[in-house]
Amino acid sequence: MYPQELLYTKEHEWIRVDESIGTIGITDHAQKELGDIVFVELPRVGDQVTANESFGTVESVKAVSEIYSPITGEVTAINPRLQSTPELLNADPHGDAWLIRVRLTDRREIESLMTADDYEAYIKEKKGE
Amino acid sequence: MRYLPNSPADRAAMLEATGHQSVEELFRQIPAELKLQGRLNLPRPLSEPEILDFFRQAAKQSSRDYVSLLGAGAYSHYRPVAIDALLSRGEFFTAYTPYQAEIAQGTLQAMFEFQTLITQLAGMEVANASLYDGSTATTEAVLMALRISRRDRVVVARTVHPEYRQVLQTYVRHQGVEVIEIAYSPSGQLDRAQLEAALKQDTAAVVVQSPNFFGSLEPVREIAEIAHKNSALLVVTIAEPLSLGIVQPPSDADIVCGEAQSFGVPVAFGGPYVGFLASREKFVRQMPGRLIGQAQDTEGRRGFVLTLATREQHIRREKATSNICTNQSLCALAATIYLCLLGKRGLKALAEQNLAKAHYAARQLRAVPGTATPFVAPHFNEFVVRTPGDAEELLAALRNEKLIGGLNLGRFYPELANHLLVCVTEIVSKEAIDRMVEVYRRFAAATNSSGSAAEFHSASMGRNL
Repeated sequence: MYPQELLYTKEHEWIRVDESIGTIGITDHAQKELGDIVFVELPRVGDQVTANESFGTVESVKAVSEIYSPITGEVTAINPRLQSTPELLNADPHGDAWLIRVRLTDRREIESLMTADDYEAYIKEKKGE
Repeated sequence: MRYLPNSPADRAAMLEATGHQSVEELFRQIPAELKLQGRLNLPRPLSEPEILDFFRQAAKQSSRDYVSLLGAGAYSHYRPVAIDALLSRGEFFTAYTPYQAEIAQGTLQAMFEFQTLITQLAGMEVANASLYDGSTATTEAVLMALRISRRDRVVVARTVHPEYRQVLQTYVRHQGVEVIEIAYSPSGQLDRAQLEAALKQDTAAVVVQSPNFFGSLEPVREIAEIAHKNSALLVVTIAEPLSLGIVQPPSDADIVCGEAQSFGVPVAFGGPYVGFLASREKFVRQMPGRLIGQAQDTEGRRGFVLTLATREQHIRREKATSNICTNQSLCALAATIYLCLLGKRGLKALAEQNLAKAHYAARQLRAVPGTATPFVAPHFNEFVVRTPGDAEELLAALRNEKLIGGLNLGRFYPELANHLLVCVTEIVSKEAIDRMVEVYRRFAAATNSSGSAAEFHSASMGRNL
């Protein structure tokens, strides 16, 4: 269910790294927990994001949640479709509904992230609590 | 929603539930030196007839028989009696929005109507359910512009109410926000050349008031063009919203805010007041305060909900959009009732009456030797008068005639010593205006002949005694 080519955080974000560019989104588990998403607030191209720090918010009918960056770097693109169709996050969180692309400052930061199997185990464990 | 006090039995039950012997034990974490020792130093309780007598005596000392020509942010208007009759209904007794908000559909609907009226008057798309007052609403509008633009520099006209500017400074002083003030031109309006020079690409917003503190209308459209050309937002604040009965709404602005006390809230010593804030729909998520939305229930019936509450303080804590998580429901309700009673045509007629009386007073005063109305910009119900002699002496002479003559502008603008800000609303009769002009005339004559108004002053005092 969770794509093998992505890496995951405990805060329920994912990142796909191609060369020096990372594409960041929120996981299927996150969108399910949030419910119907109505608004996404993202940084601007050129802004800096820092690993484990908030770079934006996702607002659902229930709550506003922070999105934390898995890595440090400079924003090179934001997903233009989310401004008008935030519900895309509910439909395709691991694909079309990516949030931002970032030029990685330090590739080694991804070593501490979880694989798909680790993440699945992690949320299963969370549910059991 | 009812306001329910608790009885000794209620308190005992609550203490039992929390496992405390007494209220004192519940608060034992508070260090003894911070606790009040003994009783509050209050006078003894009064019986009901004593209380009535106390207030009757106090009322005699108040300015009951005076005619007020004082505006400067607080405006005396006639209040239809229906306002208080409706406001005093038990359902409206507490101004608090209930935490289970949707249970109070009536309260929410009243606030929704208030928002609708404000958007129509302001020429904006969305309005919130009110803020504390004009000064904090103006400050919240600036904070909102800072959030939207992600910048930290604002340009404020010196013709914005001096106390609004002070409140803004209080809020932003320690936030690394730069506030630049722009002088006024000889016409009594924002100096547009100075504005253009002060604007840089890093400016979050331009803040103007219209009618401004001197009562003059600002050319909002031209100022909006200058602001937008420099990618800054325009905040327009309005202290006398009755002007919107005849003045074009400032729909070129990005945020319109101000004070709605004029609409059915009496002028009292220190308030309460009621702020408003309206903007464009695209900025709604950066708006402070409570927002009421219209929705449908499962059977398709119209209902009202607190909307965008997910951005508020009680949910998002320190990450909330703003620190404001309350409103002025009761005063906003008064404003709503007032506007509904007047209606579109009534508001226009009332605004025209204010305009006519203020312009009559200004014309009559201009004709007094030694007096002038220095600012030539168009004005609504308030204007600046240069006094023939010392402004404080003239104010004293006016007080002897039971007239509160206006605000001595020297208090806020040192260069405008011996200038009064005079406000003439519909409740000031023509007879009172003529009486005021007569005092100016005698004062001017006395000042002219003796070089000081002191002689006139004592003479007029003598006559009154």
